[in-house]
Amino acid sequence: MRLLPYGDRGVLVELADLDAVLGLHAALAADPPAGVVDLVPAARTLLVRLDPAVASVAAVAAAVRAVRPVPDVDRDGGQVEVPVTYDGEDLDEVARRTGLDVDGVVAAHTGQTWTVAFAGFAPGFAYLVGEDDRLRVPRRDDPRTRVPAGAVGLADAFSGVYPRVSPGGWQLIGRTETSMWDPDRAPPALLTPGMRVRFVVAS
Amino acid sequence: MSGGLEVLASGPLATVQDLGRPGHGGWGVPGGGAADRAALRLANRLVGNPEGAAGLEVTLGGLQVRAAGSLVVAVTGARAPATVDGAPVDHRAAVRLPAGATLALGTPPTGLRSYLGVRGGLDVPAVLGSRATDVLSGLGPAVLAAGDRLPVGAADGAVPPVDVAPRRDPHGGEVTLRLRLGPRADWFPADARSALTATAWTVTPDSNRVGLRLDGPPLERAHDDELPTEGLMAGAVQVPPSGRPTLFLADHPVTGGYPVIGVVLDGDLDVAGQLRPGQRVRFRAVANRDLSTAGGVGT
Repeated sequence: MRLLPYGDRGVLVELADLDAVLGLHAALAADPPAGVVDLVPAARTLLVRLDPAVASVAAVAAAVRAVRPVPDVDRDGGQVEVPVTYDGEDLDEVARRTGLDVDGVVAAHTGQTWTVAFAGFAPGFAYLVGEDDRLRVPRRDDPRTRVPAGAVGLADAFSGVYPRVSPGGWQLIGRTETSMWDPDRAPPALLTPGMRVRFVVAS
Repeated sequence: MSGGLEVLASGPLATVQDLGRPGHGGWGVPGGGAADRAALRLANRLVGNPEGAAGLEVTLGGLQVRAAGSLVVAVTGARAPATVDGAPVDHRAAVRLPAGATLALGTPPTGLRSYLGVRGGLDVPAVLGSRATDVLSGLGPAVLAAGDRLPVGAADGAVPPVDVAPRRDPHGGEVTLRLRLGPRADWFPADARSALTATAWTVTPDSNRVGLRLDGPPLERAHDDELPTEGLMAGAVQVPPSGRPTLFLADHPVTGGYPVIGVVLDGDLDVAGQLRPGQRVRFRAVANRDLSTAGGVGT
């Protein structure tokens, strides 16, 4: 664990891997040290935001060092099933790039458990990591200016669902009716860090 | 509801703002809120509101609103010349707006954003505890347009007896922002780090509430590795492959994949929120604490 200063309101904690990020995030979210106002987990880092009126960067850094991460086995982020219609515009391209055929892409996407690594890009947009690299594809060279809400995509080691209409560069393989973001729901994001996701073929 | 505002004209950009929605970064929601928080707080204090009540953030003037019911308002931030039914009124002062009267804001000579506090606060629906418009995430009320009607909440407590609150107008010339290097300053060679603080950067016209895009000599990177996506916050100075930095403001993305060379101090963010396109900005690096041995001694 390496702690990097982030101005006068934050500490960026660099960790070995996503499991370590999620373990530290779970521990800090369950019992936040004084002054901590927000936690932003990402692929290899956890950004800890603090209120400088309550605690200094050094005090929060010391508190983060003292935290015992929640081991993976104790993490209970819940599980959610997301039905997908696999008719995305980039499905053939993904099949070609991965060496799988279209059915193989669908089988690989539905056949593994995905874990919510972190959120970003837009409210409710979750970066999901799978169990293997079969579906690892680069972003599109030419990002779309308009990706519809509910589009299911792949990029690098991640899969994700666009919560609302937005620009986007991910390879689109399908779409879902499941709402990723609803401000009137508590919590508004369907997928939160640590949660497990299974994609299923929509009937 | 004790009254309301009818929007007759919005100017280049006017939005509802409060102090934002902190604490939801894990869902992909940035803090948002007023770009000049001190100015919004002052506007609220002048009309006897809690500091976090919702008001209007008006970019480069041009706002015209008509009062539905008798209201008390205050304009702070960039000194946009204000009139009520054509008669000039004070900046940074509580102003009575009789029912049916029209408040109009001209273009401020310096600064970018003026704030209109309304006694009782704007009572638009809150999203995640905040009424702020987030232009990047699409949260909160839509950007104001002529014809909008904004309800005003009930006021309690007294209007403080302040004639005019003394405060400096936003600076129109070159400004200096304090910053701490890191977290990814080591992704840049020493000359790029010195260029960051030696350069008078120019704020470009494609700046907005998301961030200030800065023009100057491109900052070179020490290596071309991909940085895994990581958390961002307001004040972060991120350097994309073009080498021209972006200083993120209130509506910043929650995560990003380019290295952050330094982070502007919280106390200087309100100044950053008033910078206009064409204005020059310098960064002054202030000392960083070494966190590698951070102990329990708070400072």
